Amino acid sequence: MTEDPSVVKTAELSCPVCDEVVYPGEDFCEACGHRLDEVAPAPPAAPVVREAGGCTGCGAQAIDGDGYCERCGLRQPADRDHIEIELPGPGGVLAAGASDRGRRYSRNEDSFAIAAHSGGVAVVVCDGVGSSPDPDEASLAAAHTGVTELVTLLEAGADPAAATRDAALRAAEAVAALAPSPDAAPSCTYVSAVTGPSTVTVGWVGDSRAYWLSAVPEAEVDTAEVDTGEFDVEEADTAEQNTADQGTAEVTALGASRQLTDDDSWAAIMVARGALTEAEAEAHPNAHVITAWLGADADEVRPNVRTFSVPGPGAVLVCSDGLWNYLPRAEQLAAAAGDAAADPLGTVRGLVRHALEAGGRDNITVTVIPVAARGNGA
Amino acid sequence: MSDQPQFAITIDQHKYLPEGGREVHAIVSVESSGGGAAATQQPAAEVIIIDTSGSMSYPETKLHAAIAAAQAAIDALRDGVYFAVVSGSNTASMVFPQQAQLVQADAATRHHAKQAVGRLRASGGTAIGSWLRLADQLFDPFQHGIRHAILLTDGKNQHETDAELDAVLYRCADRFVCDCRGIGTDWEVAELRKVANALLGGVGLVADPKDLVADFRAMTEAAMGKAVADVALRVWTPQTAKVRFVKQVLPTVQDLTGRRVDSAPQAGDYPLGAWGAESRDYHVCIEVPPGDVGKELRAGWIKLVVPGPPGQEAQVLATGNVLVSWTDDVALSTKINARVAHYTGQAELTDVIQQGLQARKDGDLDTATARLGRAVQLAEEAGNDAITALLRKVVDVEDAATGTVRLKRNVDKADEMSLDTQSTKTVRTRKGEG
Repeated sequence: MTEDPSVVKTAELSCPVCDEVVYPGEDFCEACGHRLDEVAPAPPAAPVVREAGGCTGCGAQAIDGDGYCERCGLRQPADRDHIEIELPGPGGVLAAGASDRGRRYSRNEDSFAIAAHSGGVAVVVCDGVGSSPDPDEASLAAAHTGVTELVTLLEAGADPAAATRDAALRAAEAVAALAPSPDAAPSCTYVSAVTGPSTVTVGWVGDSRAYWLSAVPEAEVDTAEVDTGEFDVEEADTAEQNTADQGTAEVTALGASRQLTDDDSWAAIMVARGALTEAEAEAHPNAHVITAWLGADADEVRPNVRTFSVPGPGAVLVCSDGLWNYLPRAEQLAAAAGDAAADPLGTVRGLVRHALEAGGRDNITVTVIPVAARGNGA
Repeated sequence: MSDQPQFAITIDQHKYLPEGGREVHAIVSVESSGGGAAATQQPAAEVIIIDTSGSMSYPETKLHAAIAAAQAAIDALRDGVYFAVVSGSNTASMVFPQQAQLVQADAATRHHAKQAVGRLRASGGTAIGSWLRLADQLFDPFQHGIRHAILLTDGKNQHETDAELDAVLYRCADRFVCDCRGIGTDWEVAELRKVANALLGGVGLVADPKDLVADFRAMTEAAMGKAVADVALRVWTPQTAKVRFVKQVLPTVQDLTGRRVDSAPQAGDYPLGAWGAESRDYHVCIEVPPGDVGKELRAGWIKLVVPGPPGQEAQVLATGNVLVSWTDDVALSTKINARVAHYTGQAELTDVIQQGLQARKDGDLDTATARLGRAVQLAEEAGNDAITALLRKVVDVEDAATGTVRLKRNVDKADEMSLDTQSTKTVRTRKGEG
């Protein structure tokens, strides 16, 4: 390990847990003792992917300070128009995420943040509500507050379900604080996923989703599911050792690829009531009306929280509707994702490309966390 | 230059266009504040032009009022301001000083000037172009300060051709600002408006000679309050775009589109004249080639500038952006900015009043009724009460909301001319909204 200070990024200069200044080469934070080597803190300034040299529209070299081409007037891609993040760990990439403006909106109102904690990875994806003012700021505040709180709570020994709920509530407060008045309330959706050694905990408000993508071939999963009849119970029992203080957590074992969240949306309510089929609901003009969100104009925020046990290898995928509009079913996502464990960044890039090619009608954000089967990872 | 007023540009617009949309509209509000001290330090020049054609003594009260008004204007000149008084008939002649030049105002020059004005007699015809040519000659050595003229006339421009007047206006444009006043009812509103527009001034009707004194004093004081002499609106557009129009829409409607002077690559300057502590609004319309949904352009980069001498950079006082973005969200693309709509209505109001009055004059009563009815409707919608009051002197209103009117049979000439001269006056917002 060289210690060339020039390669140090500002994002690495503070402890993600206590914000104390840390230095390259240190394994632990001197203030709180947090292990530093596998932590990539929630990125305050995400890496920017921009074509080098000239206007992206006409190629002219002169771009003024406001980001407009001085010849054709085209607004140049903003930092948030396309973001990719890879979270490196000791044994390979721990997680990756990508977010893109899409092809129909002039800015990216989605945000995401990824961070490692000592037992695994935490991610948050938020989608700014287009009809609210400054939805991009709402999603940014929520994603970064959410991940920071998750890591802090988990490192302090909190149960993943409790940490998930509390982090979502902190994020809700951060978003509510952005509103200058209740009539002008920036707002956004929220979904988080926390992986532990043998569990996945998701929490959400709104219609951004988390999925489980099984790495076990479909045929084998089928057989596995027969087995997991008893396995389920066993998993739930073991999980209780971790969540004993929580008491309320229900733990389901993950088998085949599936959606882990249920949208807080008009469409989901209609389907749940049996009033509409899934296809009818998705085709309805109200399909994207959400019934819960973070924002000063929201009713009391009640995050949904679920914990699952992980018996076999796979990946947790967390995304905004800009992706799942095109690939709503878990099997479709799993097929499009390829081998998420081998190349998380390649997977998220591929999925973003898929959504763009399908029309890119909304901002697109997707993150994946590969999860090894229990026993394999240790 | 230390005490220059602070300028601010505010852009009001709705940037979303539907797929294939080309026209971007924005209201550019320019406001200046402070600079009171600058106004007293700013070198200024004032030329007062009084019509002394024979008709000014029919009745004699017109000439008496003009003399009193010119004297009041002289009193309003602050010490140190360069000034002159010109009398106009078939030709222009110096009233004060005797030589064709400006002199600095002080107690003595003001006294002598007022005495000279008091000796004015009326005779001869009207040749406005020749009067302006003399004013231009007087201002000539003085191109770097506030330059303002007041022109008072009572008649038509009969003793020179339209072409002669147009040539003088072309020559004088941007060399000084001229406010025009018509006294009595024998002058042509359209003609005087042409002069005022070309010279970035206002036009007004003084129906009662008694009101002339206060009016002249107010005009002179306003000119003395200007702190920056030559301001221009610089409009940059993308290489593939073009400016459809630039109109002043507050305090009056004035089309500046034809006044463009190319000033930089992809940019043109629209002269705005001199500025004091005041605010004016401009409606800018830019045509852009249609873009893909999701694309955002800067369709216009608006700068308030004081153009420097040739070869020197302009001084930029304030800037703002006019943006455009294409969307397939119908809810977004069908919205119209409220102020764009308001001023579009106000500009239409100006047009329909002038068209209506012209049609009435030409005996086309159906057109006159339709246009003036529309004017009543627009004035009502905009809350332009001053215009509504003037319209009611020309038409009987049956229903303002639908614009149903009947032309009045007997209309006072002064009322009709007053409506015509006031037709360009706009209001900022609907009543109750601000």
